[in-house]
Amino acid sequence: MIITTQKPFPEILELLSRHKNIFIVGCAACATKCRTGGEEAVNLMAAELEKEGKTISGRKILDTPCDIRVARKDLKEIAACADDAVLVLACGAGVQAVEKAVSLVVYPALNPVFTGTTERIGLYHEYCSLCGDCILGKTGGICPVTRCAKGLVNGPCGGAVSGKCEVDRDNDCAWILIAEKIKNNPSDKNILKIFVPARTVVKPGRITPPVKK
Amino acid sequence: MNTFKRKLDDNKFVITVELLPPKGTDVSALMEKARMLQGAVDAINVTDNQRASMRLGSLAVCRLLKERGHETVLQMTCRDRNRIALQSDLLSASALGIENILILSGDHPRNSENRGAKPVYDLDTVQLISAARLLEQGVDMAGKKLEGKPCFNIGAVVNPASDNADLQIMMMEKKASAGAVFFQTQPVFDIDQYSIFAGRIKHIPAKIIPGVALLKSASFVNFLRSIPGITIPDEVARRVEAAPDQLKEGIAICAETIRELKKISHGVHIMAIGMEAHIPEILSRID
Repeated sequence: MIITTQKPFPEILELLSRHKNIFIVGCAACATKCRTGGEEAVNLMAAELEKEGKTISGRKILDTPCDIRVARKDLKEIAACADDAVLVLACGAGVQAVEKAVSLVVYPALNPVFTGTTERIGLYHEYCSLCGDCILGKTGGICPVTRCAKGLVNGPCGGAVSGKCEVDRDNDCAWILIAEKIKNNPSDKNILKIFVPARTVVKPGRITPPVKK
Repeated sequence: MNTFKRKLDDNKFVITVELLPPKGTDVSALMEKARMLQGAVDAINVTDNQRASMRLGSLAVCRLLKERGHETVLQMTCRDRNRIALQSDLLSASALGIENILILSGDHPRNSENRGAKPVYDLDTVQLISAARLLEQGVDMAGKKLEGKPCFNIGAVVNPASDNADLQIMMMEKKASAGAVFFQTQPVFDIDQYSIFAGRIKHIPAKIIPGVALLKSASFVNFLRSIPGITIPDEVARRVEAAPDQLKEGIAICAETIRELKKISHGVHIMAIGMEAHIPEILSRID
């Protein structure tokens, strides 16, 4: 899921400074799971904003605010009043789907951080960076593009100490994990023994449905 | 005439040193250090924004050193440039008469003075070595033909003090297969450990130039220990700390280390980090 953290409240207030009436949109998917955009977070945000003199003109938690169809359907009721604003407690994909669905100005309340692998609520790891060309099949299911701080694909640098990354001693060296996992791979399949050419990954920016004949 | 490459090819013992470009445009102190080393060393490595600290460029400094008659090793990291800039800088180096290139991944910016900088690492070291060798064939990574081919003497790095020697050796094999013909290393302080490592890499067809560092003081030992990839045994640290004249002791340790390494390596790479003035003294004590 998309891991988000809430922006510092003063930053949110600054974003909303020229607006009196605020409509709050939450997210029932990822942001609910990481407790940044569910019912509790939306109500808390509403209360904080009311304390600062704002009027909450409405609040709604969308199943998937990142789906433009959902946003359009669920946000029909928002009356367009030039001074109002929509504050979205979702990731950037959600904020931008809402932007397409409403004519009001839209603001983010959250910072999207990464695609997270959840260990437990509140403890998330960045294991995948959505690179567009998955190499996990060659690396024992451990991603060096994301989990090696330098994204090295041919093997490690020389800085690991006791299996920990030189950049962040709290992180395991991805290549030491990979080497252990693939140690029995035959030489011609072992990524540590073959040359991995420069990756040429151009992300498409959009994916379109297949054309039917 | 690339005197450094010729000595390596002739299996002669080489001595390289490392000089750090200034933060700014004043190269006078660096040139003075180089002048003191003239005749005593075979090549001067020029670091590439070491420790992700923004400096005068390695390429410019190498060229200025060349103009004053010094042989140089241009250090190039994968950290700050994508494949377009890296290949272009390789061509620039060749056009400026700089053939010796040391390819490194480069210290990550996260723990540096530029912690917000975007780390690039578009190519890794193995890919960059291979790209340099491709350019020599007259083709670039996009498959386009070059007008005029560059010529390089490509080196890479390895950490012999790593607690995961197997992986370091695998990486050395890959770098050598990609085209690295010499290796410079992180500083060696534990000769026994290094000789075990050296014994395990004899099959790799490349010249090995292990690093040595001048431990100028006990506080400097602590600083070095904080740098990724550097391991200083406790007994060496204690020896510096207990000495009445720590710098003198550091010089003695450095000379002893070189004497030992001379028996088992193709050269040494001296990192004096600010104390380059003492290198001639160290070298006078190694024969």
